[in-house]
Amino acid sequence: MSMIIRVKQQQIAQLMSKGKRLDGRELNDYREIKVEMGVIEKAEGSARVLLGKTEVLVGVKIGIGKPFPDTPNEGVLTVNVELVPLASPTFEPGPPKEDAIELARVVDRGIRESKAIDLEKLCLEPGKNVLIVFVDVYVLNYDGNLIDASAIATLAALLNTKMFKYEVEEGEVKVKPGYTPLPMQNYPIAVTFAKINGKLAVDPWLEEEQVMDARLTITIEKEGKICAVQKGGTGYFTTEYILEAAKIAKEKASEIRKLLVK
Amino acid sequence: MPKAEGKLIDKDSVRIDGRKFNELRPTTIQIGILSNADGSAYIEQGKNKILTAVYGPHEVHPKHLALPDRSRLRCRYHMAPFSVDERKSPAPSRREVELSKVIREALEPSIFLEYYPRTSIDLFIEVLQANGGTRCAGITAASLALADAGVPMRDLTAACAAGKLEGQLVLDLNDSEDKEGEADVPLAYMPNLNAITLLQMDGQLTLEEFEKAIKLSLEGCTQLYKMQKEALKTKYVVVKEEVKE
Repeated sequence: MSMIIRVKQQQIAQLMSKGKRLDGRELNDYREIKVEMGVIEKAEGSARVLLGKTEVLVGVKIGIGKPFPDTPNEGVLTVNVELVPLASPTFEPGPPKEDAIELARVVDRGIRESKAIDLEKLCLEPGKNVLIVFVDVYVLNYDGNLIDASAIATLAALLNTKMFKYEVEEGEVKVKPGYTPLPMQNYPIAVTFAKINGKLAVDPWLEEEQVMDARLTITIEKEGKICAVQKGGTGYFTTEYILEAAKIAKEKASEIRKLLVK
Repeated sequence: MPKAEGKLIDKDSVRIDGRKFNELRPTTIQIGILSNADGSAYIEQGKNKILTAVYGPHEVHPKHLALPDRSRLRCRYHMAPFSVDERKSPAPSRREVELSKVIREALEPSIFLEYYPRTSIDLFIEVLQANGGTRCAGITAASLALADAGVPMRDLTAACAAGKLEGQLVLDLNDSEDKEGEADVPLAYMPNLNAITLLQMDGQLTLEEFEKAIKLSLEGCTQLYKMQKEALKTKYVVVKEEVKE
């Protein structure tokens, strides 16, 4: 932790104990969320999300491949995250490191466990040919809370996806004219909290992330059930904090979902 | 996948391996079984067989990773290629990278890292055989390996998962319960500090079920915590007898 952050830590912690934040928000306020869909024409689906100054671009590409042996009747979903070096002085080029991998897996878990995509509808020939949904999350500007921004952008890009119609004729996969949307059936929203000085704050921005004790992400599906949880950071929680966070997450998720699903 | 009702858990709440809903798998723990490591522990929880070792605090390599005010905890969770049904490539998978991170973050709050600035504590978790719940069993053992290495700690960390099978909440899922069940909530806990240091979830749970699952996991952790303390005592009784002779 740099010296500047240590000075800020006191300031942020003091404000927090009074229920206030350095950028003027209340503890349960999100930064402004802007969603723009279909920004990359070459991708089957895409979305750009601004969460305050955090900016994430997600592209969805569709491919054909083999299913996993244990799920021969289902299409395949893969989520990859690139922490692009232009997004922050702390991002370095190279293969994804643990932060990027964790982020990708948390986003993936929300989509997968809520069964957001009806993967069985992406099966062309059981055990042989299925559609593969490649979700690539590109972080363009890092100002904290990449998980929520990436999860919103991923859901938006999936909702925006128009893919070719594929059919199997005489054992070969053929492309038919026309487009079809992805078979979406759930809309998971991730809500992330930072625990700072004994208080929970939703949607931490960069400076809050730098001083937080611990992080908790709770992903809520459309019925209000929890479909993924991830604790991060080197601090701890108690049961009371977790249950409080779950309640707030449920409220916040339904608010954010309205931005994407009318 | 459609499945027959009562396949994983019958109406008397007995599970496929004969356990009750709140029963841990048979667990044995041994401490100090590797001669080269500064600390080590081996756990068998059901069919899980996991070996953990701690090296350090010692000099950091490469040196630029040294922290000026505390020790750097490094953690590697790794599965042996023969530990699962289909051979697993020995190269670290994305799952192993994520688990290494969350396990490190689960154990870091328990250690007085500030006592050893500019050093590293290297923790290795090798899963020799996996049958569900290896991250939790790995944490339970790793915390003992740290204690065995003499690293000063605030508390031992015990970890255990709860899950949902055919609508019922149960403790300590095995592999088939994890794969076919509806939810899995792994959790790590320091009982003396009432601190939850690892929490993940997949599957679907209502808020009420989630609360119950956490409480069930905490009960499991408390049971494991007792076993951890017993294992430590057992080792030091042996040491004491050796000294007498």
